[in-house]
Amino acid sequence: MVDAPFILEMRGITKRFPGVIALDDVTLRVRAGEIHSICGENGAGKSTLMKVLSGVYGYGTYEGDIVWEGEVARFRDIRQSEAAGIVIIHQELALIPELSITENIFLGNEPKTPFGSIDWSTARLRARELLQRVGLRDDPDTQIKNIGVGKQQLVEIAKALNKNVKLLILDEPTAALNENDSQHLLGLIRDLRDKGVTSIMISHKLNEIEAISNSITIIRDGHTVESLDVKADGVDEDRIIRGMVGRTLENRFPEHDGSGIGDVFFEVRNWTVQHPLTTERLVAKNSHFTVRRGEVVGFAGLMGAGRTELAMSIFGQSYGTVLSGEIYKDGQEIKVPNVAAAIKHGIAYVSEDRKALGLNLLDDIKTSVVSAKLSKIAPAGVVDDLQEREISENYRKELRIKTPTVDEGVNKLSGGNQQKVVLAKWMFTDPDLLILDEPTRGIDVGAKTEIYGIIRKLAESGAGVILISSELPELLGVADRIYTIFEGTITSEIRAKDADPETLMKSMTSDKKKDAA
Amino acid sequence: MTDTAAAPKKSGGIRDLGKMFGGGQSSLRQFGILGALIVIILFFEVATGGQTLKPGNVINIVNQNAYVLILAIGMVMVIIAGHIDLSVGSVAAFTGIVVAIAMNRGGLPWWLGVLIGLGIGAVVGAWQGFWVAYVGVPAFIVTLAGMLIFRGANQFIGNATTEPVKDDVFLQIGGGYLPDPDLGLPYNVPTLILGLVAVALVVFAEFRGRARRRKVGAEAVPLWVSLVKVVLLAAVILFAAFLFAGGRVGTSFPIPGVILVALVVIYAFVTNNTVTGRHIYSVGGNWHAAELSGVKIKRINFFVMMNMSILAAVAGMVFISRSAASGPGDGTSWELDAIAAVFIGGAAVSGGIGTVIGSIVGGLVIAVLNNGLQLLGVSSDRVQIIKGLVLLLAVGIDVWSKRSGGRSIIARFSRPKKVSATDDNMTYPLNRPLVEPGDSAESSSRPSSTTPNA
Repeated sequence: MVDAPFILEMRGITKRFPGVIALDDVTLRVRAGEIHSICGENGAGKSTLMKVLSGVYGYGTYEGDIVWEGEVARFRDIRQSEAAGIVIIHQELALIPELSITENIFLGNEPKTPFGSIDWSTARLRARELLQRVGLRDDPDTQIKNIGVGKQQLVEIAKALNKNVKLLILDEPTAALNENDSQHLLGLIRDLRDKGVTSIMISHKLNEIEAISNSITIIRDGHTVESLDVKADGVDEDRIIRGMVGRTLENRFPEHDGSGIGDVFFEVRNWTVQHPLTTERLVAKNSHFTVRRGEVVGFAGLMGAGRTELAMSIFGQSYGTVLSGEIYKDGQEIKVPNVAAAIKHGIAYVSEDRKALGLNLLDDIKTSVVSAKLSKIAPAGVVDDLQEREISENYRKELRIKTPTVDEGVNKLSGGNQQKVVLAKWMFTDPDLLILDEPTRGIDVGAKTEIYGIIRKLAESGAGVILISSELPELLGVADRIYTIFEGTITSEIRAKDADPETLMKSMTSDKKKDAA
Repeated sequence: MTDTAAAPKKSGGIRDLGKMFGGGQSSLRQFGILGALIVIILFFEVATGGQTLKPGNVINIVNQNAYVLILAIGMVMVIIAGHIDLSVGSVAAFTGIVVAIAMNRGGLPWWLGVLIGLGIGAVVGAWQGFWVAYVGVPAFIVTLAGMLIFRGANQFIGNATTEPVKDDVFLQIGGGYLPDPDLGLPYNVPTLILGLVAVALVVFAEFRGRARRRKVGAEAVPLWVSLVKVVLLAAVILFAAFLFAGGRVGTSFPIPGVILVALVVIYAFVTNNTVTGRHIYSVGGNWHAAELSGVKIKRINFFVMMNMSILAAVAGMVFISRSAASGPGDGTSWELDAIAAVFIGGAAVSGGIGTVIGSIVGGLVIAVLNNGLQLLGVSSDRVQIIKGLVLLLAVGIDVWSKRSGGRSIIARFSRPKKVSATDDNMTYPLNRPLVEPGDSAESSSRPSSTTPNA
């Protein structure tokens, strides 16, 4: 394997977005016939790199060279990269649920009869062959919506094989699969390798990476950290984690010594939640956690671990179906069947997607601020616009929302200021428990520090805060206590001052309960 | 940019005048429509040689369009919430025939007839609201079905014939005028009093608003803007009052107009100032966010659909009262007139944007256009073509100006070029730094992998 020539070399790839360098001089070398994994934290630049490779970001929008089979390639779009034999399978499958397996496999690539109509008999025949190669025994006329996610993944691969794939890129292929399906899929990727198909795999599941990869490239903050040969370098999960998180914590977090922390006032027990579409999938499994007054509790986990799902299901069952579980507040069991009830019980949830879920972008600031508890300033159902203005004006000053007036539309604000408006909106509901889902995503460092300050202040005022974040330094810097979540299971609980990125990452990437403390 | 917050905004009077429509981001657009209405009126006034603004003609315009404008009030709320109602014409006709038969053959008094009419509107609305809000069938389908069902029901109950309406009091609803006591004046006094009361209310509201804003130390609208606004509005109201009061003896401000004005005032208040109104906007603007803010979406959807049918019932009764009969073809294509009024009045097809006042102005644009073209002797085929083009043009300009920077066309021409150039860059996601450089650019360019597959 070591001797095999490089089928792909990406040299010095730099990709800039306005204001940000997403990839900075990244190098990736993939040998023919190997399985090459790319590791990195959320936002490290893995997907951007794959988009450059597959032509989503076409030639000319990046700097550096892509050398494919010994020649510099200039893919302008996905069609050109596919013609060269590079096929990417995205995490969100690109299949059409209402069409059959055959129709999906040949979509955009249909075999034609001499008269120009689609040759369905040939298509069906070839579909059968392809399904056999990926180990799927279903009827090719079955509609996609009637087969499970695991099988859909296989259909995607069959579709790729039909395009004479040489390099298969899989983005989180097992994220949505159960253990059996995952094993089958990994086996198939191995088979394909033995038949000469090279694969690049992006995955957060380090045990899978360790088991299947020949070599690994680690990316961090848009830079290539290192490339490892799994056998020669004796790579294990710990080694990968060290590469992924190796950075120093900056001193941009507010001081906190845990002195203001009171008693447990909020407790969730046996919380099990079903995925809204795939009923066999559980996004939270028997979860149990507590929050104390004045405490910031961190939820750590990788993409798709179920942190958001857990939080939203607690917030008035806004996600999935709650199969079992109880919520206790101040020792009493409370029922939270909808968002209105959650708000009444003093639970607030700041969504990770402030544009889609947090704000009505047509509103102005003052309307947004009071929108989650209008009744507070509308005793008889009539909104007191004077109070509305006064209250939002106070939040503007307190949170230092940079805007000339609270009459400004929220769509005119920058990300950081929008986030402050969302925070104000939920502070206005007088929450006892404030759930913050990625509150600093997509905002600059200055605004981040301000938001950390607001979080600590809220905790000091006696509220409990749950902080969901993909940035480990942020969790370690702001939280008092951290739960790690892996595939819907809470895998460990650790005091922030006893934790370090490596131990957290370990619990975030496997459900082996390790004595983290 | 160190302390922009403290500096009062130096916006011109145009923007402040836009606040006549309740402020917000759609106010400028509506200001533009109001301008268009004035231009159209003046155009026809000149083109018809002064026929347009004759008392008789103005009274006529109100009488002929009151029911469509009543429908537009309900329709704008439906459209703000992100739905549509195609059934209003049929519902109005259905209500009309039942009320007509109940009074004519059943001998019921007029007030019971009105109550029955409102009851029918409520029941029909509850039916449609149930399907839209609780079953989740798109309103387009539910009300398309309703359009067929209630048209059929009208003809089934009325045996596809016309039923006369004879009750004198009921006939006043659509055909009556304010009382005309003979005081020896060339003008109808009650109409003038109504006009003066309206002026007084406008003055009071404006200066009370100023005082309230001053109390919280909010950015005050310059005094001259308030004065200009009050004087302009007062002038328009008084001019209208004298027009309506100056018609031939026996006519004055029509009762349908009174009903319309009352409904406009009530619903403008509901949409602007109440929790329910806020919730309607939030459901239409972003129902995901509304749901996660504790808004009971189903209840809101149910309410707007039900409210629409009740208003359709009102419109139906006004119409049969005016025409003194209920027929099988009543209300045909009213829904289209109402929808056109709402969109000309600045509502967004995608929901979340629109106002009651704007829709009324939009409806008046169509009404004046209809009337003026008729006065000019333009045949109805060409009137339809022109109306269609006006609708397309109004919404087309809106879409175009939004795409090129989210501003109304009026604002574009009434502000220095430079300002709109920076605003052009503010369309998300390539949000250029407004106050925090670099901040939002980062959010737009984070690789998509940072989003959990929730």
